[in-house]
Amino acid sequence: MGLTIHLQFSGGMELLFNNEKEKTVTLPDTFTPALATLKDLLPWMRDNLLSERAELFMQGDTVRPGILVLINDADWELEGELEYVLKDDDTIVFISTLHGG
Amino acid sequence: MRLCTLCQKERAVLKRPKTGQQICRNCFYAVFETEVHNTIQENELFKRGDKVAIAASGGKDSTVLAHVMTTLNERYGYGLDLFLLSVDEGITGYRDDSLETVKRNEQQYKIPLKIVSYEELYGWSMDAIVKEIGMKNNCTFCGVFRRQALDRGAALLQVDHIVTGHNADDIAETVLMNILRGDFSRLQRCTAIRTATNETIPRSKPFKYTYEKEIVMYAYFKKLDYFSTECIYSPNAYRGYARAFLKDLESIRPSAIMDIIHSGEAWESKIEVKVNTPVDGRVIVGSCERCGYMSSNKLCKACVLLEGLNKGLPKLAIGNSTKYKREQDKRDASARARVCDPATPSGRSPS
Ligand SMILES: [Zn+2]
Ligand SMILES: [Zn+2]
Repeated sequence: MGLTIHLQFSGGMELLFNNEKEKTVTLPDTFTPALATLKDLLPWMRDNLLSERAELFMQGDTVRPGILVLINDADWELEGELEYVLKDDDTIVFISTLHGG
Repeated sequence: MRLCTLCQKERAVLKRPKTGQQICRNCFYAVFETEVHNTIQENELFKRGDKVAIAASGGKDSTVLAHVMTTLNERYGYGLDLFLLSVDEGITGYRDDSLETVKRNEQQYKIPLKIVSYEELYGWSMDAIVKEIGMKNNCTFCGVFRRQALDRGAALLQVDHIVTGHNADDIAETVLMNILRGDFSRLQRCTAIRTATNETIPRSKPFKYTYEKEIVMYAYFKKLDYFSTECIYSPNAYRGYARAFLKDLESIRPSAIMDIIHSGEAWESKIEVKVNTPVDGRVIVGSCERCGYMSSNKLCKACVLLEGLNKGLPKLAIGNSTKYKREQDKRDASARARVCDPATPSGRSPS
């Protein structure tokens, strides 16, 4: 059974993801539990969920600077960033700071 | 689980960009609010009894500002009379949602809201302007009109002070932009936390030292209601590159934001520009003979733009003036002197 991950988008991030603020996804078997990391999740999201303009989501192998990421409601900078190992039922939030305010 | 370095009790949820500290939710709220309070106190931004308009766009910065100003006003007994002030540019589908957000903010924070529209201030909505001049130069109009709209709305409300949600990242970006444009008189002014002249209502930026990341995290944790969108009329590529550059720097070294602001401040102290001395060969104090707004020329920028619009010559104030001068000559030989200051970046156009 694949990992289930809850994704949330806000601050304008949702505009890149079909205008959906929340989405629960079940990852394919290529994501090995206890091994797969956020570094694997990002390109998968780009290829499978993103509706437009990939360059506004990723830069190199990480998110574009100016996008905040929270893992289970904590700053991803405290959770190892790309090295964070995905767990079943994780909630990952992407917030753009690049949109008008 | 990482523990908060301040209270040593709760789970750390944020790494502060300014200090690298790992802190919990409640300690974050406390340091965030206290820093803004300290900024307000140290810079003596307000006096007891001041009527203060919070420039409210419905976006993250102004929403957090409205929340924090309300909180601090109560907590520390500033004795301020707070208002929300919004500008409706008249862009279909853009402000509709954000104005709804501001209206909800009025309820949530229980402070009165005043909305001023371009239509009532200038006789033209942005949609009507775009219809007239096309998409290319409309940011000039939006920028000039917006800046004045806040002042005019504030004058209408008879406020003593306007606060805006500009944060540290915004100010660093403006410093960069002014360097990139070679605009040193603006470079000196743009880091000031408070601007005041005899002619305009004082403005200040209580979030001058507050990182954008923390504003967004604050809004997220407090579940504040804000609206985000790109202005549909602003494909400002140059500023976009500057912002991306800044965010790249910040991701490598978060102190880049403060370092750039300090660089801007160093310029401020290096070259002294006094009121009433010429800047770029122009005297900065004076007022528009048509509407009375502060202006270095006979007519303020808004009135120049309006004159062009009303005459069906909207490009008058924007583009390279020669061609338009010629057209203008044909129609109205006497009005030829009214061209906008070509040294002002907002009046510049690539076309
Ligand atoms: Zn704590
Ligand atoms: Zn005027």
